Amino acid sequence: MLLPDLIRLTTSSFLAYRMRSFLTGLGIAIGITAVILLTSIGEGLHQFVLAEFSQFGTNLIGIQPGKTQTQGGNVGIFGSSRPLSLDDAESLRRLPYIEYVSPSVQGNAELRANGKTRRSTIYGVGHEMPQALRIYVRTGSFLPEEDPNQARAMVVLGAKVRQELFGDSNPLGSYLRVGGQRYRVIGVMEPKGQILGFDLDDSVYIPAARAMELFNRPGLMEIHVTYLPDVALARVEAGIRSVLTARHGREDYTLISQQQSLEVLGSVLDVITFAVGALGGISLLVGGVGILTIMTMAVTERTAEIGLLRALGAREKQILVLFLGEAILLSALGGLAGLALGIAIAQGLHWLFPALPVHTPWLFAVLAEISAVSIGLAAGVMPALRAARLDPVEALRTS
Amino acid sequence: MIEFKRVSRSFMVGGQEVAALRDIDLNIAAGDYVSIMGPSGSGKSTLLNLIGLLDRPSSGIYRLDGGNVTDLDDQQQARVRSEKIGFVFQSFHLIPRLSAAMNIELPLILAGIPPAERRARVTALLENYGLTDRAEHRPDQLSGGQKQRVAIARATSMHPAVLLADEPTGNLDQTTGREVINLLEKLTEQNVTLIMVTHDPAIGGRAMRQLHMVDGRITNESNT
Repeated sequence: MLLPDLIRLTTSSFLAYRMRSFLTGLGIAIGITAVILLTSIGEGLHQFVLAEFSQFGTNLIGIQPGKTQTQGGNVGIFGSSRPLSLDDAESLRRLPYIEYVSPSVQGNAELRANGKTRRSTIYGVGHEMPQALRIYVRTGSFLPEEDPNQARAMVVLGAKVRQELFGDSNPLGSYLRVGGQRYRVIGVMEPKGQILGFDLDDSVYIPAARAMELFNRPGLMEIHVTYLPDVALARVEAGIRSVLTARHGREDYTLISQQQSLEVLGSVLDVITFAVGALGGISLLVGGVGILTIMTMAVTERTAEIGLLRALGAREKQILVLFLGEAILLSALGGLAGLALGIAIAQGLHWLFPALPVHTPWLFAVLAEISAVSIGLAAGVMPALRAARLDPVEALRTS
Repeated sequence: MIEFKRVSRSFMVGGQEVAALRDIDLNIAAGDYVSIMGPSGSGKSTLLNLIGLLDRPSSGIYRLDGGNVTDLDDQQQARVRSEKIGFVFQSFHLIPRLSAAMNIELPLILAGIPPAERRARVTALLENYGLTDRAEHRPDQLSGGQKQRVAIARATSMHPAVLLADEPTGNLDQTTGREVINLLEKLTEQNVTLIMVTHDPAIGGRAMRQLHMVDGRITNESNT
């Protein structure tokens, strides 16, 4: 039997039982729709979250004081970790593949200007923070490069703080009280919006040394370091460790690379996408049972036809292929309809709720269609085998 | 052409062996016109199914066209059916969702004949059996006589050496029944071996050889 004939014969029975074929295909279509819709939302979420996190760049390493580990015995003086100092941060600049270094201290303080007060987040940072974290100045300039321990009282405003305290007037050159001390405004950052609930615009940036003093902290909370993209992460981390361990005498700090965090986050989000996809897969399974039912009925109804085909010279294998073909046709068409429906609903949702991230990778669509066809195949095997093994004499006798 | 040597066929019914055919010895030459008559349950259909390789003897030897076909497997049986045997049934056995032309084409499709040759053969058959204007009609749009003509066209599409007809006029009125018999008899002139099961003596009596069966045995043969 030639392939076009197989298609012609299976299509003929598909068309002869239009309503039934439609409903059976619908079962698969709903399953595929669920899989595509759920994975589209899962994948959209995945990309959204990763984009949120990677907007600071991927070749970023954070160094935090202290190390999470269990120590035995009486640790005494060795048990306490030394704080990270501004000099620690400066020492990292010696490493050849380090691009930017920015120390960081964070806290809350009261801002006062023009007779208005506002509590905002204060970031104590270095002059390279804009390049390191990819947060740029809109007007004026960022904190100047100067001796970090002798930094002058200058402040750069977040977009929201500027709007709240200065309105539409030009704040450059004005004075702002940060926790009681007078700072001169030298720049305003461009609006950045919220990242996972943190409003980056409701903040001001002052030199790290002054922030440490303001919050009465012995050391930095974190040092941000970026490295040249073509250098291996492991080499950069080894370099940072050798410098800091030489200064501290031991490894009493923790390196957190953005690259690794993103990988961990990515794998977690992959699991979520897979899990919601599997939930959709349950309805796909139900669709498969529908095909099994309908094919079993078809074999019973068309027993005489099977007998006739055998009398006309059909081999067992040809009968098997004919019925398998019908099951596959049902599931393949149902799968395609489900793909179209799933993608349409996903896009429709995105159109209705633009905040809902939606993304349907081609690979998912192809995999969904393959699983639809596989389910059709699996559901068709039993009835098709039964059809093929019918005794032709018995089959011809039924009417 | 067809040679049966002590062929028996028994079935298990409710744990008991029931003989449907007992020690049949039979020789049918190419181009013979044979009718098989007898009461129901006498084994006519079983004999026809054995000849048509839809069934296997329980014992004995069946030779077709000089070759032993007693113990062929499914695939070999199907091949012999496809190449050498045509079936015509009482209830026509047309596939309701396919057009008359495609019903005729089925054996050619199953045998994998190339489309161009198939088309030529089907066109010729439609014309031979006066069905050209019915080619695209479905079986439920055809009269009984037309249905059986489609079935005969289908049975002869692979140019079989043997044509097996099981009560071919059973569902037809007398006039159309006679027309169908005429069509079948015309095939014997082209050296097709025609074997027909019937219980109508008027039709069976027209055959060159008439076999009478009772209780699984051929009891009597009359020739005209």
